[in-house]
Amino acid sequence: MFKIKLPFEARKLAGLKAGDTVLISGTVYTARDQAHKRLARALNKRSSLPFDLKGQVIYYCGPGPKPRKKIIGSCGPTTSSRMDVFTPKLLKAGLIGMIGKGRRCRQVVEAIRKYKAVYFLAYAGCGALISKYVKKMKLVAYRELGPEAIYQLEVCDLPLIVGIDAKGRSLYD
Amino acid sequence: MSRLISAAKIRDTVERLCINANFLLRRDVLRSLKKAYARESNKRAKEILSAIIRNAHLARKEKLAICQDTGLVTVFVQIGENVKVIGSLKDSINKGVQLGYRRGYLRNSVIKDPLLRGRPGYQPAIIHTDIVKGSGLALTVLPKGFGCENKTQLKMFNPTTTIREIKSFIVAVVKEAGPDACPPYVVGVGIGGSADYSLLLAKKALTRSIDRPGTGKPGHISRLEKELLREINRLNIGPMGLGGKTTCLAVNIQSYPTHIAGLPVAVNISCHALRSAAARL
Repeated sequence: MFKIKLPFEARKLAGLKAGDTVLISGTVYTARDQAHKRLARALNKRSSLPFDLKGQVIYYCGPGPKPRKKIIGSCGPTTSSRMDVFTPKLLKAGLIGMIGKGRRCRQVVEAIRKYKAVYFLAYAGCGALISKYVKKMKLVAYRELGPEAIYQLEVCDLPLIVGIDAKGRSLYD
Repeated sequence: MSRLISAAKIRDTVERLCINANFLLRRDVLRSLKKAYARESNKRAKEILSAIIRNAHLARKEKLAICQDTGLVTVFVQIGENVKVIGSLKDSINKGVQLGYRRGYLRNSVIKDPLLRGRPGYQPAIIHTDIVKGSGLALTVLPKGFGCENKTQLKMFNPTTTIREIKSFIVAVVKEAGPDACPPYVVGVGIGGSADYSLLLAKKALTRSIDRPGTGKPGHISRLEKELLREINRLNIGPMGLGGKTTCLAVNIQSYPTHIAGLPVAVNISCHALRSAAARL
């Protein structure tokens, strides 16, 4: 079991192995389909991004609305493969980690290896449980996308499994 | 004599069902997950099953959605021929969904135009209405997420196709879904009818109890369910696709008369968070 604080200990990510269990604390950004489309478009046009991708981790998640007296609604991972088409571009721009569920395509595995990033799996279909690890939530961009907006989450000891490591080894192979 | 049912009553019932379905994991599903946990020998699979069970307890206790993907809500309506709804049946269902989703802080995942996308909201629900004999009204709400809905497949087989070919198609659909759609799965299968009807049957199959899926079905169908379950669980996909003998909790087949020239087979996979709630008025 490894404990990693983001973004300060981001360098530790490259040392993880597929299959490792990790507790992540610190900052992650939610982004899913439409946010990815917009981030990729911004990178193509060389316009500014709503947050600097360098050294950051994206969580493929569209949380439910925040219930009263709670920090966040149910917030489990969504299917990662839908983001595959955008991922190599984001990794090139400095993204170093992703959290989601399910397989990634060959090009993504290759890009993960090239940029020494890591792909984590979160407990799939356990959004209520995962919400308990979130300590803060802040809107960053694209409010009009509702659940697909980008939120900055502060998590504490969020349990994850390394799905693909920086050497390109995958748990699904 | 017709029986009068007010639109307001339907709206309130749908509102309650939406909340119950999303907060309270079906008892049959929870029982099946617990059984799978006890049976499972793969350490990682056990750890994930335990998280899934804890998630269900937490959702119930804290009134949180079991899964943030609260679906494009499907509502099955069985309406007796003698029932007269005072007001609009359709509007009352959509209104009930909206109220339930707002009150339960359930996710707004519905966009108005599939191509233009736009700002997500709550409506409309997908409503299937079945006219039956009598003066009852039954409502079933199925908030199914789209991670697994995306794995749905239909195949129009030749009428001379063997059972073996049908079986390998169904198993292949599950194999293709692999780790992506939150296994362990419940597999709904529709056999017969027309193309559209078999898909409807496959989805309806998910609303049936998984405690004893074979109950009340012809022998060849319940046998097929058992064989498929065994074969699918040999795929070693396991919870989250990380291996184990728990790939599928149940296979539920619904069959229907069909045309001499065809044999439609539809497969609708549900994730482990199979949620539905029903009421009779």
